[in-house]
Amino acid sequence: IGLRSQLKDSVPVAGFCPQGAYGVQDSLRSGFTSVKNDLIPSHPLELSEKNFQLNQDKMNFSTLRNIQGLHAPLKLQMEYRAARQIQRLPFLQSSNLALDTLRNSDECIGFEDILSDPAQSEVMGEPHMMVEYKLGLL
Amino acid sequence: MALSNSYETPAPGFNFDNAARNAALEGLFDGGQTPKPLKTGTTIAGVVFKDGVVLGADTRATSSEVVADKMCAKIHFISPNIYCCGAGTAADTEKTTDLLSSNLTIFSLNSGRNPRVVMAVNILQDMLYRYHGQIGANLILGGVDCTGNHLYTVGPYGSVNKVPYLSMGSGDLAALGILEDGFKPDLELEPAKELVRAAIHAGIMSDLGSGSNIDICVITKQGVDYIRPYQESQYKHNRTMKYKYGPGTTPVLTEKVVPLKLEVVQETVQQMETA
Repeated sequence: IGLRSQLKDSVPVAGFCPQGAYGVQDSLRSGFTSVKNDLIPSHPLELSEKNFQLNQDKMNFSTLRNIQGLHAPLKLQMEYRAARQIQRLPFLQSSNLALDTLRNSDECIGFEDILSDPAQSEVMGEPHMMVEYKLGLL
Repeated sequence: MALSNSYETPAPGFNFDNAARNAALEGLFDGGQTPKPLKTGTTIAGVVFKDGVVLGADTRATSSEVVADKMCAKIHFISPNIYCCGAGTAADTEKTTDLLSSNLTIFSLNSGRNPRVVMAVNILQDMLYRYHGQIGANLILGGVDCTGNHLYTVGPYGSVNKVPYLSMGSGDLAALGILEDGFKPDLELEPAKELVRAAIHAGIMSDLGSGSNIDICVITKQGVDYIRPYQESQYKHNRTMKYKYGPGTTPVLTEKVVPLKLEVVQETVQQMETA
């Protein structure tokens, strides 16, 4: 999956681009639409934080391509894709050790390691639904 | 408890779910009475002298018009050779300097070297620019490393300045006047400490957001001297009476004793080794 297609260019707003099947609002899961929900502004950082890791990767890969040629980002992205597949089932927290090593985030600590750590979250998703969603059966 | 309506675990890091709720709440309170974060309303100053760097700070933390902390520590430890004064929102400066200190410790454990001041500045700059000024931290970083004595300032939007003397915070204009008047390149230790003390003192006298005592931190190649407090405030309030109440102050109206009925369920005897 290319990096550009993974970028989220919008915060999901009720009413526009609904996430149900066939583009219709999924009332069963996401509730009714409401015009008021569209008008209240979201936080200025919400979008840039959602896409931060992807934007960093894009920038780094394109710099690498310009310096070393196309083979360098290709090989690295192959390793990323392999490392990303080493995961537990979706409702369990995976350590992502290989991915961290590739990204060098095992030697850095930032807000994403302290605040709202998914390994210490108090609630857990419904296992069956999450696996079905991941497999695309939902 | 299982959340039945989420397909993915929430992303780690900052959570913006309450932004819409807060915006709605602000409209409800006419006159905006949302709780204000604890600001440090500060005077901090730093001077590069012949053998190192002197950092100074006052110790008052305010929450709007109330003094929240009379003895807060604004000079934070980053690494054995780098210290950082923080002005702005107290929690932001604390957490940012803690993260910076952790990152530099990991680096020095990996490489076996003392971190340089430029590294701290770069990490801070990246971190603060990423959050576009939402993290309110005005920091003065001072330290001694293998390349010399350095003093940097980092603003909340990620701006960086390398200067021989500077002051930040709400009392910075008063302090800067003293620094501009008295600074000379290659000062000795005692005149440098006296200059920083006078600068912070001017900030305390002229600014409502700064007050209480003065902390001084001297960083040299030999080590760090963290003098807390360097000068106590002359308006220190001595408690004139004790506020502890003796037993019997509160009259007992009624007393009801309910014995807990415990029954012996299981009894095990373990011999102690008394040899």
